[in-house]
Amino acid sequence: MSDTSTKHDAFLRVEDLRVHFPTADGVVKATDGLSFELARGKTLGIVGESGSGKSVSSSAILGLHRGTRAQVSGQILLEDVDLLQLSDEEMRRRRGLDVAMIFQDPLSAMHPYYTVGNQLVEAYRVHNNVSKKAARTRAIEMLERVGIPQPDRRVDDYPHQFSGGMRQRAMIAMGLINNPGLLIADEPTTALDVTVQAQILDLLQDLQREFNSAIIIITHDLGVVAEMADQVLVMYAGKAVEYGPTKELLVRPEMPYTWGLLSSVPDVTADTDSKLIPIPGNPPSLLNPPSGCAFHPRCPHKDKVPGRLCWTVQPELVPGRQGMGHLKRCHLPDPDQVYALEVLPEFDPELASELAQARIPDPAADAAAGPAAGPAAGTAAGTATPDTADERDAQ
Amino acid sequence: MFAYLVRRIIGGIVLLIVMSLVTFALFFASPVNPADFSCGKNCSPAQKKQTAAALGFDDNFFNQWADFGKGVFVGRDFPDDPKLRETAPETIAHCPAPCLGYSRERTANVTSLIKETLPVSVSLAILAFIIWIVGGVLFGVIAALRRGTIIDRGLVGISLVLYAFPTFFVGLLLYKFVAIKWGWVDIPRYETIADGGITGWASSLILPAITLAVFFMAAYVRMTRAYVIESLSEDYVRTARAKGLPARAVTFKHALRAALTPIVTMAGLDFAGLLGGAIITESVFNYPGLGKLAVQANRDYDLPTLVGLVLLLAAFVIIANIIVDVLYAVIDPRVRLS
Repeated sequence: MSDTSTKHDAFLRVEDLRVHFPTADGVVKATDGLSFELARGKTLGIVGESGSGKSVSSSAILGLHRGTRAQVSGQILLEDVDLLQLSDEEMRRRRGLDVAMIFQDPLSAMHPYYTVGNQLVEAYRVHNNVSKKAARTRAIEMLERVGIPQPDRRVDDYPHQFSGGMRQRAMIAMGLINNPGLLIADEPTTALDVTVQAQILDLLQDLQREFNSAIIIITHDLGVVAEMADQVLVMYAGKAVEYGPTKELLVRPEMPYTWGLLSSVPDVTADTDSKLIPIPGNPPSLLNPPSGCAFHPRCPHKDKVPGRLCWTVQPELVPGRQGMGHLKRCHLPDPDQVYALEVLPEFDPELASELAQARIPDPAADAAAGPAAGPAAGTAAGTATPDTADERDAQ
Repeated sequence: MFAYLVRRIIGGIVLLIVMSLVTFALFFASPVNPADFSCGKNCSPAQKKQTAAALGFDDNFFNQWADFGKGVFVGRDFPDDPKLRETAPETIAHCPAPCLGYSRERTANVTSLIKETLPVSVSLAILAFIIWIVGGVLFGVIAALRRGTIIDRGLVGISLVLYAFPTFFVGLLLYKFVAIKWGWVDIPRYETIADGGITGWASSLILPAITLAVFFMAAYVRMTRAYVIESLSEDYVRTARAKGLPARAVTFKHALRAALTPIVTMAGLDFAGLLGGAIITESVFNYPGLGKLAVQANRDYDLPTLVGLVLLLAAFVIIANIIVDVLYAVIDPRVRLS
């Protein structure tokens, strides 16, 4: 605890985390060499499809795989203490106290037979040697803090008497009741109405400022990430495929899988010309991941890489061209070009043309990008979306 | 909650009335005239008619049914003949309320027949219930918590084998070896608490109770195991672990509480069914319970006794259903409040 100040920038450091599940058919590598860092008061968004290893990785931080057949290796350093080296009892004492987790569906994540208050009291008393009455006061206080009306009355309600948003608030209250340094939110808004989603995200941000906790938010919703996260980690087949500061990563994504995620997001302000482009195919089997780059069977750009590298060689997670801590796992030599000229025009023509225009007067890029922009886009996107290409030419 | 209870009880009573109608209709539809059995071998048509009248079998379906219903509340006489009552009162059998009929075969009221045999069946059911619930749930929970280990496989395997054994086989096996060959217990013979005290009563019942319990226990081990395993993978159990609760609290307070709820339902209904008599077990051990009475009544075509037994069993099951539902509401707040 004493060196919190000196190690301020790395409150949580995960190094080469692997979670493998031995099965009769072979080893399922749910998480395979994941590394990231998180400072106090900061938020990391972990994004990926179902089955990409997001939840498994975060469960590992909480030590929830202990007592199962899962093999967890690597390092999870929370304030320089390796959680994986702790005994089961030591880890149990930290759960809920140093690291707390809130889950996707609060209806099934709260016990239906106990009142909300009882469940909060239980969470508090397991780490604090206080009377039931004091714990109850604390529970009411937390419920009030997360915005539950009449908390002194609602504390005796059962979870099913709460609405979905209220339940998630109660869940957050339970997660934060011991003021943990790290909060893991596993798809906290997926089961909620859109309007309620915004409230919950808002609440999480408020509480983060108040308690200065680090938050890992697991989601498949890039909107949530854009709203909440300082850093984003995109996961695919148990590995990080892109990792970097949120703004940088969302504006200049360098990995085709991230492009796919971005182009699958509906944009309310987009005109009807813009398309939603789903990523073809299904997430790969974690039992027999594809050779080379795990994403290559679904990647539309694999042919741009010479020598069939995507089929044969697993790319490393290396800094992209932008620097700034932006890492990517992709063989494409010129991801910026491909993104700006082929991908972006398809799902967000407006933004693409803005960028293209912004690019032309740039003298440095003039020689390379400027003259090439129009025709290249025309030929590349021409067959797929002639309208878009025409539109840009007209502009 | 109170309104719910009242509604359930009224519903139960209606169901009983319907049951009695159906039972009556079934026996009415049978090709055999029960009066023939009472009359003897050389019975003239006139005598037959007289017997039928004396037993109340000559009336139409609804009147018979109404007489039966009246008997339950105020009692009745067999035969219900005012003239006979004056001339020869000794030939009239009075059946006080609650009267479930009069068995000419056994020259006894069905109610008193039931009163004689019910304690045996209830004793047997209670003892068997205790054995099977304790054993079934305990071993089921152990198997679930030790899932995949030798212990789990052993328990599941043994319960599968026991489940496959027919009750009469287990009963005869126990009888032959434990009681006769090895002499660990006395030859089983029912003893009331008044005669032998609690220990005498219990030891007189232990073999048939085990016989009965083995089958249910085997089923409950497997059922409990399945429910506990399911419950252990519930999200709220993961939440409980994520809160940092000790493993014991996670298992017992969170997982088992939910897993055992459906078992309460099953246990209540199974117990009610057993109260109506364990036919095979009582026959194997020759215990004078409801089950044995039912077998004999069936053999003798003793319709009044059969009707009484069927309705009694139906009442047990209906009552158990209501109790189970109320218990469910006590256990599960979602049922209570919605």
